[in-house]
Amino acid sequence: MIAIEVNGKVHEVDADPETPLLYVLRNDLALNGTKFGCGLGQCGACTVLVDGKAVFSCMTPISTLGGRRIRTVEGLGTIERPGPMQRAFIEEQAAQCGYCIPGMMMRAQGLLESNPAPSDADIRKALEPNLCRCGTHMRILRAVGRAAQLMKVKA
Amino acid sequence: MNGIALTRREFLSSGGALVVSFVLCPRAAAQAGETATRSAEAKLPGSLDKFPMLDSWIRIGADGSVTVFTGKGELGQGIRTALQQIAAEQLAVPFASIAMITADTQRTPNEGYTSGSNSMKDSGTAILNAAAQVRELLVAEASRRLGVAADQLVARDGAVHAPGGKRVGYGELVAGQALHVRAEVQSRFKDAGTRTVMGKPVQRVDIPAKVTGGVAYVQDLRLPGMVHARIVRPPQFGAKLKSLDPGIAEGMPGVMKIVRDGSFVAVVAEKEFQAIRAMRALSDRAVWDVGALPPADVYAQLLQLGSEDKVIHERNGASLGAMTHEATFRRPYQLHGSIGPSCGVALYREGKLEVWTHGQGVFPLRAAIAEMLKMAPDTVHCIHMEGAGCYGHNGADDAAADAALLARALPGTPVRVQWMREEEHSWEPFGPAMVTKVRAALDRSGRISAWEYDVWSNTHSTRPGKAGNLAAGSLVAVPFAPAPAAPIPQPEGGGDRNAIPLYAFASARVTSRFIPTMPLRVSALRGLGAYMNVFSIESFMDELAAAAKADPVEFRLRHLEDGRARDVVAKAAQRFGWTSYRRERDRGRGFAFARYKNLGAYCAIAMEVEVVRETGEIRVGRIACAVDSGDVVNPDGIRNQIEGGVVQSLSWTMYEAVTWDARRITSRDWGRYPIVRFPAVPASLDVDIIDRPMQPFLGTGEAAQGPASAALANAVADAVGVRVRDIPLNPARVKALLGA
Ligand code: FES
Ligand code: FES
Repeated sequence: MIAIEVNGKVHEVDADPETPLLYVLRNDLALNGTKFGCGLGQCGACTVLVDGKAVFSCMTPISTLGGRRIRTVEGLGTIERPGPMQRAFIEEQAAQCGYCIPGMMMRAQGLLESNPAPSDADIRKALEPNLCRCGTHMRILRAVGRAAQLMKVKA
Repeated sequence: MNGIALTRREFLSSGGALVVSFVLCPRAAAQAGETATRSAEAKLPGSLDKFPMLDSWIRIGADGSVTVFTGKGELGQGIRTALQQIAAEQLAVPFASIAMITADTQRTPNEGYTSGSNSMKDSGTAILNAAAQVRELLVAEASRRLGVAADQLVARDGAVHAPGGKRVGYGELVAGQALHVRAEVQSRFKDAGTRTVMGKPVQRVDIPAKVTGGVAYVQDLRLPGMVHARIVRPPQFGAKLKSLDPGIAEGMPGVMKIVRDGSFVAVVAEKEFQAIRAMRALSDRAVWDVGALPPADVYAQLLQLGSEDKVIHERNGASLGAMTHEATFRRPYQLHGSIGPSCGVALYREGKLEVWTHGQGVFPLRAAIAEMLKMAPDTVHCIHMEGAGCYGHNGADDAAADAALLARALPGTPVRVQWMREEEHSWEPFGPAMVTKVRAALDRSGRISAWEYDVWSNTHSTRPGKAGNLAAGSLVAVPFAPAPAAPIPQPEGGGDRNAIPLYAFASARVTSRFIPTMPLRVSALRGLGAYMNVFSIESFMDELAAAAKADPVEFRLRHLEDGRARDVVAKAAQRFGWTSYRRERDRGRGFAFARYKNLGAYCAIAMEVEVVRETGEIRVGRIACAVDSGDVVNPDGIRNQIEGGVVQSLSWTMYEAVTWDARRITSRDWGRYPIVRFPAVPASLDVDIIDRPMQPFLGTGEAAQGPASAALANAVADAVGVRVRDIPLNPARVKALLGA
């Protein structure tokens, strides 16, 4: 058994320590938001925050996560009460298939927590590791900008 | 009551015509989907022609609940929301009160594939008409019950309202009976001016779950007791398994079963990562007999393979005369490259198979799986669930078939197959490589007097329907034959889609050269041949405009007679500020236009780029698009599709080409098949929509692919004076041309 803390809750997981976090989140903890895209650290569909930093969960064995705080898109809010990042993406209708979006939101969340007022160029640079095949980029950029505004209002 | 249709007919008409007939019948009979009795009657609108019964599309419960059925699936294009808007508007019920049921072989009409930008035309038109007709039937029934003339009644919010405040709810009016009525050719639509849901940027119904971790994709389906499988993929399509060492994986943790059927090898494990590890161990030891992949210069090979030639357009062909300009364009094999690799889930029990798939055609998939597993089609149930965007025929059907095959080997246990990234990149059917050649002559007035165009291409559809078109069907011990490769005929066309220019030339000949032999596995990729044909035609239009010393926009208008085409051209030019454009060093502007399939949406694009001479890198600046998709149902949906189409097409055009060596596809991941990333997306992207209320739906999904590619090449030529005719316009190629 390995203990990991996800969205503020500690879970005991029965999995091989080398198992990438992605599979534990999706299958053992039944959290759908984190997606498998490549398993190679090339696309960002699996992005989560570990101690506030965006990481590829497909490349992170659970053995390395003891005592660290993991956040997934489920930790940003719920369908009934979406958080500011989620609201921003809904308001901007920033999704086509939407498969890349949770990873985008987590990377953007990490950005805004360290830089609450990023420029357009900052956002483009920060999101570089994440791919979107539908070409939703322009909306994603707008949504991250809007999320920054929403968070500012809240703060 | 089972099996018997009890009929209560109401003749409510003046003049003796049957106006309404409610038929009480068990669901199953209605679901069997009575197909049209094709008499001499006029064609019914959209897919109603195939499924003319209103209750194939719309059912209203005794409690007033409304269910709308479509044979199309949500692919991230927003079709579910758009269809729901149409139904809500014409039925006059609240948008949120409708439950939508999408592609499902036991529940919905068989509308073939969700492809070709046809969903609005097929399903949208069917639901538009069905909903309007159901509303009229309900009003007629209310009129009978209330004794109030129909023209005094108003349908609103799921009820029919009479003057003085009396109302009857829809549920009460149908009293739980099915609206088992044959559709009429003509419908009475709500006046466009009174619309409250259609034409509005209603938010997509699927997005909230997608951004909060809901079960949104087949990848998220988690059935009780479900196990995980991975396929041990051969190095290339057509390889044969020589030897396998199952012992290496049998003892690994969680491994439940290794399934081998000919060259189809898979491992099933309790946990997903266990399946991945076992698959890797098996792959390392597996030995395959492989054939030869095509030579590096596949274009030369394609031209030598032999083609079936057909003149698809001729205008004063005898007087083509001498040509003064000529060019050849090439497009490599390209990937769909879905961000989520293909996935399928299947469960076999008591002789029946259920398959959850993100494939584009549940009915053709059912036929192919039934053939492969030698099961009766009605014992196979295919249910569409979303996947990541597919943009055509990718690995979705294959993954579903993999899951089906494995589920049959483990009766009672749901099996989930998830393709790996390398698998998707090397096994999905690619968008075909193509070559086009165009020749033209200009007359003294600067008009194109003659035009000759040839396009060489493989087929653009090897979609299943046949077991041999499934990856698994080609690998099993007794492999199935694929359907023979065939061209998709005009007017839609396949490789020759949009090969006929919409421009009016004095004389022209267009020849489609269909190559039956496929060096690599190919199939439908968003836009099919239109992407390449529009790239070629619209690039060459600029070359000719330059030769005629004409402005590219004015030059196009010179040859365009279709008023709607002229409108989008003018609109995009105006939004871009075409006439007031000031060129700076190494910057330039490009323009392109097409009407998708020559019968779908009109789209014009103006674009500015900057070329970095030292590196050959293209930086995309401002983009202005104008689109006419006919009657607008969801303007934001149209915008989203055009924006996405432009960015995706820019990625194809700037970066993308499948590569291989003697043994295998080498562009096996995002490192070796780069696509656009955030720093390289356009500076800005505006989409103007020209709405045509009450005109037919034209679809939008593929309209931007062609024009975006040519606008880019034209802008590069304008910026630095080099004409790139080979896709991709990557830095190495642009730099080489600049240096030459
Ligand atoms: S799935 Fe982790 S980076 Fe692609
Ligand atoms: S929205 Fe489909 S991959 Fe980004």
